[in-house]
Amino acid sequence: MMGQPHLLEVEGLSVSFDGFKAVDDLTLYLDNGEIRAIIGPNGAGKTTLLDLISGKTRCSQGRVTFKGEEITTLKEHEIVQAGIGRKFQTPSVYEELTVFENLEMAYPSKRTWWGALMSRRTRAVIDRVEEIAELVYLKDRLNDRAEILGHGQKQWLEIGLLLIQSPDLMMLDEPVAGMSLPEREKTAELLKRLSQGRAVLVVEHDMQFVESIADTVTVLHQGKLLAEGKMSAVKHDPKVIDVYLGH
Amino acid sequence: MQKLLDSASRFAHPPAWARTLAQRNLAFVLTALLLLVVFPLSLSGFRLGMVAKYLTYAFPALALVVCWGKGGILSLGQGVFFGLGGYAMAMFLKLEASDPQSTSIQSTPGIPDFMDWNQLTELPYIWRPFQSLPFALFAVLAVPGLLALGIGLAMFKRRVGGVYFAIITQAIASVLTILIIGQQGYTGGVNGITDLKTLNGWDIRTDEAKIVLYYVTALSLLCIVLLSSALLRSKLGRILVAMREKEERVRFTGYDVASLKVFVFVFAAVVSGLGGALFTLVVGFMSPSFVGIVPSIEMVICAAVGGRHSLLGAIYGSLLVNYGKTFFSESLPELWLFLLGGLFILVVMAFPNGLAGLDVKRWFVAARLKQLGAKLRQLEPAPTAPSEPHTEVPR
Repeated sequence: MMGQPHLLEVEGLSVSFDGFKAVDDLTLYLDNGEIRAIIGPNGAGKTTLLDLISGKTRCSQGRVTFKGEEITTLKEHEIVQAGIGRKFQTPSVYEELTVFENLEMAYPSKRTWWGALMSRRTRAVIDRVEEIAELVYLKDRLNDRAEILGHGQKQWLEIGLLLIQSPDLMMLDEPVAGMSLPEREKTAELLKRLSQGRAVLVVEHDMQFVESIADTVTVLHQGKLLAEGKMSAVKHDPKVIDVYLGH
Repeated sequence: MQKLLDSASRFAHPPAWARTLAQRNLAFVLTALLLLVVFPLSLSGFRLGMVAKYLTYAFPALALVVCWGKGGILSLGQGVFFGLGGYAMAMFLKLEASDPQSTSIQSTPGIPDFMDWNQLTELPYIWRPFQSLPFALFAVLAVPGLLALGIGLAMFKRRVGGVYFAIITQAIASVLTILIIGQQGYTGGVNGITDLKTLNGWDIRTDEAKIVLYYVTALSLLCIVLLSSALLRSKLGRILVAMREKEERVRFTGYDVASLKVFVFVFAAVVSGLGGALFTLVVGFMSPSFVGIVPSIEMVICAAVGGRHSLLGAIYGSLLVNYGKTFFSESLPELWLFLLGGLFILVVMAFPNGLAGLDVKRWFVAARLKQLGAKLRQLEPAPTAPSEPHTEVPR
């Protein structure tokens, strides 16, 4: 390919589980500053795609390139260190730790055992934790244990865990699942704000939410790319209506 | 007034770390007093020796608090590391006790007696470095540490964890016991290494030596408590808790979970090895009965009874369980294992946080502080809480 490479390039990516092709010859490009939504019916391969990019699952064919470097064979933590953050489908925070400690743990320094042992709570760490907490609407909950947070606040905290690492690509698996309407709105606002200077990949079921945030929508069906484009265009695509929206 | 109220409410709800810090320091000082003053003054030499022995079991229990209670890595083979530390120490002591004069009746004087009985005519190569005290002391820590490093790398890098890891450590405990018993000429077999006499010329069997060894054990234990608590208070300590809760999340936060687990496992092994070496000095022998599955599980029970999240709990758990063992073994030996199993079930079912979970004083203080905070808050009109509409939208 000529010219400037995309931030994330997924080319010919396939994986099969016992003969079942969960993701099938998928090609996808993502640029800086873009919010991309991935939609599709259950079993379309959305979460599997995130697993493949983040290194949780190894692909059987194809390659993933990030910032011009191939990351297909890197380990999970190396992919994170390369600048890809990932939020899980169910809120995944450390319930026994406080919000502050949750964020502090994700602060991207000293990630070896020795570094972690010697790490001190410096002003820089505290400032950064507070900055992120403010961004994800949790500034006044810093000393609360994460287990007492509401469901939506846990989702935000997990986004905060990614954000404190300043990733160049954030992948969010169903970020508004189980959220109230005001929380959804705040989340949409948050995503728009944090897409500045990075790319955001969102897997989501909620159509309204997708329409309100995403620049481009990629529709998957049975592991294959079905359609890609603006939500307004995709919505009227007869193939898409047939497999997904029509139901 | 607002300021006063703020500081009062902060007093009533101090951050978790401040609460535990104050509580731990008080508990630590009390424990240190108990071990360093109360026990030596109130117990006879014989009983003090027993307490010293119990305290050496607290090392692996403490290691399990860090490794299992905090890090979620359950090792059912902690006796392996305890035993290796103990054997390393015993090998040095045995060589010192086997000088040519006192072994002159053997067909090969100058080697340990059990080697002579097993027709060995020279000291095996693996025994030779143990003639040096510095090497033996180094081996006390290094041998368990290196074995743990090997096991840890082999298991954690392949993401073997949880119950599978526990079973493998248990199997290793069994293998090591069989190996020690089978290689009589090199290890002393089922009797172990006995008749230990002096440490660099200092007789470890005298009453005076028993008291010195008691203090050495108690002080080392307290040092390990401080070291472990520093570890748990560091960022690494929080990563351990995070790893136990959500391993995937930690991995996807950019940490190499496997290396962190290896580190904790090695730390636990080294601490256990130190305990084993002190055990050898205190008791005067080492045998395979402190290596295998049963002692390893006893160590887990000590940690669980004391409270598997509490470092000091490990000490009290070890004292209690081992005192119980001595008491019941004297009167009802055949019942002890059933009692031990019953105790474990009781702790898991009824007191998952062990003795440390029964902290009556904290309940009392916390209740008082809450009352105080509530009273202070009543003085000021309650701020009207912003009512946020919380409507669940059907998707």
